[in-house]
Amino acid sequence: MHETVVAENVLRTILEHAEKLKARPVRAVVSCGQFNALNEEAMKFAFETAAAGTVCQGMLLQIRQIPLRASCRACRTLFELNLMTPLCPQCRSEDFDIEPDAPLLLEEIEFEDKQ
Amino acid sequence: MKVSLNQKILSRNEEAAAKNRQFFAEHKVFCLNVISSPGAGKTALLERTIRDLKERYAIGVIEGDIETDKDARRIQAAGARAFQIETKGACHLSAEQVHNALKMIDAQTLDLVFIENVGNLVCPSAFDLGESGRVVILSVPEGDDKPAKYPGTFAGASVIVLNKIDLLPYVPFDLSRVLADIHTVNPQSPVLQLSAATGEGIDAWYDWLRRHLEKKQP
Ligand SMILES: Nc1nc2c(ncn2[C@@H]2O[C@H](COP(=O)(O)OP(=O)(O)O)[C@@H](O)[C@H]2O)c(=O)[nH]1
Ligand SMILES: [Mg+2]
Ligand SMILES: [Zn+2]
Repeated sequence: MHETVVAENVLRTILEHAEKLKARPVRAVVSCGQFNALNEEAMKFAFETAAAGTVCQGMLLQIRQIPLRASCRACRTLFELNLMTPLCPQCRSEDFDIEPDAPLLLEEIEFEDKQ
Repeated sequence: MKVSLNQKILSRNEEAAAKNRQFFAEHKVFCLNVISSPGAGKTALLERTIRDLKERYAIGVIEGDIETDKDARRIQAAGARAFQIETKGACHLSAEQVHNALKMIDAQTLDLVFIENVGNLVCPSAFDLGESGRVVILSVPEGDDKPAKYPGTFAGASVIVLNKIDLLPYVPFDLSRVLADIHTVNPQSPVLQLSAATGEGIDAWYDWLRRHLEKKQP
């Protein structure tokens, strides 16, 4: 459950921005690649747990999964790699280079507009 | 109001990892982060390695595997310096914990430092410890589906050890499938088939260690 640590880090950053802006956060977007194995349900649960009793309680956490990409060595096609069927969709070659996996990012935070 | 950040979530860990990496470079220490499921044979492989190589290299071990000091005592009995990190139920080690442990084992006086990570095939792989290389151990009784299930862990390995090959005659295990699945996500790293129990195949592991210790990089 490394989601707990990820959630705590996300929460800390959101709280810092909320404090600075004196605003209530309503939504945040986290993105992740396929190799960091972030489980969405576990992540949302861990965030809810960590956020309880803070200004982040009840805010929406969105998780954007970024697919793995690979480039075919045979025909040079750049494609989304499905690890269950690791083939170039263009020429069926199994010879490809996997692009670096997307890192775990806190992309954006949305705050409630002040009246 | 929206605030765009695109900030790395694990940046704190990465900062600590960068410090560790600098420490290893300065002191010419080769550090390996050893990752596997519980029971795959991390401690067994380290014990045998220490017994066989301790005359040649000064070896230390940072133990994060369990809360008791049982593994650390096995390491000390084999003849290496060991330091136990109290993980308190965490599913992985952090770079900061390693940073503190490095002082306790006087790592600057060592050639080779192993970090035995918490037994878990998923979580540790997201946390850079500043290591020079990463050893992922898969053992035969765990089954041949693990590289397909946890591709990220295998993608990040500098070397993959397939342990407990002495059990191959007794359990269903599709070796060619395992090798193909690892190759898909990690075509550059070697897969070393061995038995930490019988010593079969262990020389390829010592060769790998020796080559990288000479270069001090994975
Ligand atoms: N048959 C067999 N058993 C092994 C081998 N390596 C380790 N074991 C056994 O597997 C169990 C778990 O090993 P251990 O080193 O404690 O695993 P760790 O949890 O990854 O540190 C122990 O009972 C070992 O004796 C091996 O190569 N073959
Ligand atoms: Mg162990
Ligand atoms: Zn192609």
